[in-house]
Amino acid sequence: MARLNEDNVRIALETIARYPKARSAMIPLLHLAQQQDGYVTNEAMAHIGELVGATSAEVFGTATFYEMFKFKPVGKYLINICATMSCALMGAEQLMHHAERRLGIKAGATTPDGLFTLEHAECQAACTEAPTLQANYRYRFHVTPATFDALVDDLANGRLDAEIPPHGTVARIRQRIPADRVVGPRSPDDVTTAPEWMAVAPTASGGGQ
Amino acid sequence: MTVTTYSHTPGFYTGDRPQIVTSRFQYEDSYTLDRFLATDGYKGLRAALALSPTEVHDEVTKATVLGRGGAGFPAGVKWGLTPQAVWPRYLVVNGDESEPGTYKDRLLMERDPHQLIEGCLIACYAAGLSQCFLYIRGEMALAQERVAIALNEAYAAGYIGTCILGSKFSVDIVLHWGAGAYVVGEETALIESLEGNRGLPRLKPPFFPAAIGLYGKPTIVNNVETLANLAWLLRHGADEYTKIGTATSPGTRMVAVSGHVKRPGVFEIVNGTTTFRDLIYNEEFCGGIRDDHELKAFVPGGGSAPWFTPDQLDLPFEGRLVGAAGSMLGSGAIMVMDDTTDIPAAALTLVRFYANESCGKCTPCREGGTWLMRILQRVVAGFGTHRDLDQLFEVGQTICPGAFPHAASERLGLEAVPFPYKMTTICFVGPSAYVPVHSALTLFRDEFEAKIVKRTFIPVTAIPVSGSAVTALPATADSVDAVGVGQ
Repeated sequence: MARLNEDNVRIALETIARYPKARSAMIPLLHLAQQQDGYVTNEAMAHIGELVGATSAEVFGTATFYEMFKFKPVGKYLINICATMSCALMGAEQLMHHAERRLGIKAGATTPDGLFTLEHAECQAACTEAPTLQANYRYRFHVTPATFDALVDDLANGRLDAEIPPHGTVARIRQRIPADRVVGPRSPDDVTTAPEWMAVAPTASGGGQ
Repeated sequence: MTVTTYSHTPGFYTGDRPQIVTSRFQYEDSYTLDRFLATDGYKGLRAALALSPTEVHDEVTKATVLGRGGAGFPAGVKWGLTPQAVWPRYLVVNGDESEPGTYKDRLLMERDPHQLIEGCLIACYAAGLSQCFLYIRGEMALAQERVAIALNEAYAAGYIGTCILGSKFSVDIVLHWGAGAYVVGEETALIESLEGNRGLPRLKPPFFPAAIGLYGKPTIVNNVETLANLAWLLRHGADEYTKIGTATSPGTRMVAVSGHVKRPGVFEIVNGTTTFRDLIYNEEFCGGIRDDHELKAFVPGGGSAPWFTPDQLDLPFEGRLVGAAGSMLGSGAIMVMDDTTDIPAAALTLVRFYANESCGKCTPCREGGTWLMRILQRVVAGFGTHRDLDQLFEVGQTICPGAFPHAASERLGLEAVPFPYKMTTICFVGPSAYVPVHSALTLFRDEFEAKIVKRTFIPVTAIPVSGSAVTALPATADSVDAVGVGQ
């Protein structure tokens, strides 16, 4: 249970500075909070509200709309098995049954050791590789009961630590905008004229002027 | 005829076909700046900067680059819809790909992020857009990482930021990512989400965010694949671009074919000429139905598209023709069902998707989608009634009043009802929940009927009450339906 730590506040301020309005950084900041604690805590949501100028209720309102944000601890590894049409046609239901038996939990639950949470997911945009799953949003294609078991064993033994970070971290690489290259956002209300390259350009017929 | 696949891009196949957006997929390091620069990278941007913004815009308009996200609206026309003299203007890149059956944007972001960045820069230059937000679906970790690396490389090398390549053109591209919500693929919901709100679509009109979009300012929302076309277009010119494909649908398109085919895959096809039969049966593409089963039905354009049957196999993959035949091309995704498919159960997987993904803003979608799902679940589980089947249509009518598009069927003697439909909701999620129900029930009603269990049932009102005479019990399923069956 925590607010954003010092390092993450620095990242948060860097992120906020990229948007013309601070509130736009809300979803990236919620991801940051989830990366820090594995789920989004109430304290973190209040902190995000302070940072972007919204009430904690507004932050909670936005956060609860999005499926990826969790408000209670989940397993170290979140396994999402796709159940939409292409995967269903190729045996997603049988895969889910196998996963439930293998992990000893129903979809939506977490194993007692806190290692795995199993969930139904909707289309994961890998339909030709059905059935698919994502472990902490890293793909596995053409999943069979055998490869599912191998994945669970590898995750439990830490053999995939290099590829699959614990739940909360999605992208491990962040955008960095160098200070000497950044244009910087301006408040939309402060801009009333065309950008420089439009103003000086020869204005032929048509176009988006 | 050659069919080539690469272990570093599972699911993608090339052949003897022109490649506009996938030409670098052959290289394992296609996502690096070095490889990009060695393969004509950022030459399209240089070509654009040598022209005036208006000339670039005219070139894109002339090439009729149709939007690849679903609606098929030409990009050049969209850019021109911004109101005169209203500034600033923004570009929002829609990388929230989550339509069932679709994946092309994910590959384009993972395999060639610099090509997308180049397209964003060309669009910003031509339409005077002063900041670009690249919105990537939350679940796509690898795509987010690849695009982040590419953006960092491009900033450092002077392709993004202030005074790009020594010109007066300055723009920031900000990587933004979602957190799992299908409806955010709708452009006004995308903007809401980018403003830090729940992703609810905005009321229309205005019909285009080009009028009022991000922060109330003119905003262009373009799909990843649409923008990925621009670098090639600027390098080769509109005349070369329109030589590929047909007059109404120039260029190429990415199509994903999944389901019961021998070789499911993603292909870049020539726009407008390739038929569904080619895609499903030709050795160059999917090579036929798995285990040589028969084709039963297919979804021609993502989960939101009304279904086709073998009757429509010879239609080309072309928007207007497919629309007239009662469906749409949508985001370029074909899902194939063979004769072993349980049609009601297959329809349920899609209805459940849309019911789950409804944002809850419009009542017909929020309630109707859920009701469609529940009724269909009951039918699939074997507890349905004939009345349920009619009720599915009735619920659908509250979302989409009037004639609903469907394909012609020789077997059933049905005429096609052309796309589109009328709708009582703001966005297409509501109607999309009805699409699989309507298609499946119209084209395969016999399979639903077969699931209706005929059983004797004693309605509550007929249970003998002490001291009163037993009234006649209904004997047939139909009379049971009239009373309404509990589960």
